Amino acid sequence: MPDEVLDCRGQRCPLPVIAAARRMPQVPVGTVVRVLADDPAAAVDIPAWCRMRGQEFVAAITGPDGPAYDIRRAH
Amino acid sequence: MSASPVYLDAATAAPMHPVARQALLAALDDGWADPGKLYTQARRARQLLDAAREATAQTLGVRADELSFTSSGTTAAHGAVLGGLAGRRRVGPTLVHSAIEHSAVLHAAERHVAAGGVANPVPVDRLGRLDLTAWSDAVRAPGVALAALITASHEVGTVQPVAEAAATCADAGVPLYVDAAQSVGRVPLPAGWSVLTASAHKWGGPPGVGLLAVRKGTRWESPWPADEREGGRTPGSVNLPAVVAAAASLRAAAVDASAEETRLAPLVDRIRARVAAEVPDVEVVGDPVLRLPHLVTFSCLYVDGEALLHALDRRGFAVSSGSSCTSSTLRPSHVLEAMGVLSHGNVRVSLHRETTEADVERFLAELPGIVAGLRAEAGVVGL
Repeated sequence: MPDEVLDCRGQRCPLPVIAAARRMPQVPVGTVVRVLADDPAAAVDIPAWCRMRGQEFVAAITGPDGPAYDIRRAH
Repeated sequence: MSASPVYLDAATAAPMHPVARQALLAALDDGWADPGKLYTQARRARQLLDAAREATAQTLGVRADELSFTSSGTTAAHGAVLGGLAGRRRVGPTLVHSAIEHSAVLHAAERHVAAGGVANPVPVDRLGRLDLTAWSDAVRAPGVALAALITASHEVGTVQPVAEAAATCADAGVPLYVDAAQSVGRVPLPAGWSVLTASAHKWGGPPGVGLLAVRKGTRWESPWPADEREGGRTPGSVNLPAVVAAAASLRAAAVDASAEETRLAPLVDRIRARVAAEVPDVEVVGDPVLRLPHLVTFSCLYVDGEALLHALDRRGFAVSSGSSCTSSTLRPSHVLEAMGVLSHGNVRVSLHRETTEADVERFLAELPGIVAGLRAEAGVVGL
């Protein structure tokens, strides 16, 4: 389960990626942040951001809140 | 402040070649009659159509009777897919295609699936290159009627391993359709295909002319209502003046192709290197070596694609984008998605015969400031 949830539903890319990029440095290393984002571009851009920033993309999940992306702060 | 226009979207439509303009004007006077009729004016039109077909077939390396002119590249792609599937419906219902085909091919595939057929997309790697192992497995599966592979990606420029893919198809007895829209008139065509399509406005011909070549012996059946024109492969009167202009400009483009490749490929190398070095947090995508000579794509982190296109346009630069906010469907480009690369802040730059080194230099000089300005506005600097 994620340690916290970032609700970016209704936001268009790149806004969910920007929200994740703002939040990740504020959480302790090892924390999993779940980004809720219904813009289809998030499915591509959140994993791509993790790759570019060396953060861990844990998984894409579709739950009751719609599409979600789990990121673990790796460094 | 106004800026002189720099058009960098040849992959959508290249500016018309001067030869196309001359041929179009001449053919408007001479080529308006129906080439199928039996009077003097019709015979003149028939001569023009035959000469256009002969010249174009020669450039493509096909026989004249294997080539049809269609009303667009899209129509040609639709016909190639649906006709290839119809011709082999007794073999099976499956279309194998790369995940990065042009939307015209994918829309034809959707039509096929809606009618009860099967479409099996084959993935690409991070550089946008076809997974040949997955392709081989897909093509060798039972019930495959047709395989479709773009010669080189229209969005990221990566050249596809068509020769290897074609060898697998030949071994499996599956005809291969290649969408050569970005290759015809620019680079040598691969061998081993059964059906090929192209589009005149990509090489400097007029819009509204497509090419559909079907090799002798290919089991291809027109998916359209019957019509005897253009070898029965595509219905309706051809736009003869535009066809004549397309043929003349293709011949001219083919003559210059190798010199243009030598001139443009280093300019694309320069864009790839300088954008990566001078714009922070940018991902230059596509294969750096096995690529088209005229096309380069990159994505700028945290930048809105639509805002970037508008900012570039205000400075006189016309480019294209695969970002979702720039598409009518609000979905990111399926090509960038299949590659798993950043899709927002995406820009595709494509060069043509009128593009100068100075145009490229001005673009490279202005781009970093434009991206920095948009990031400052959005408050994302330092993220």
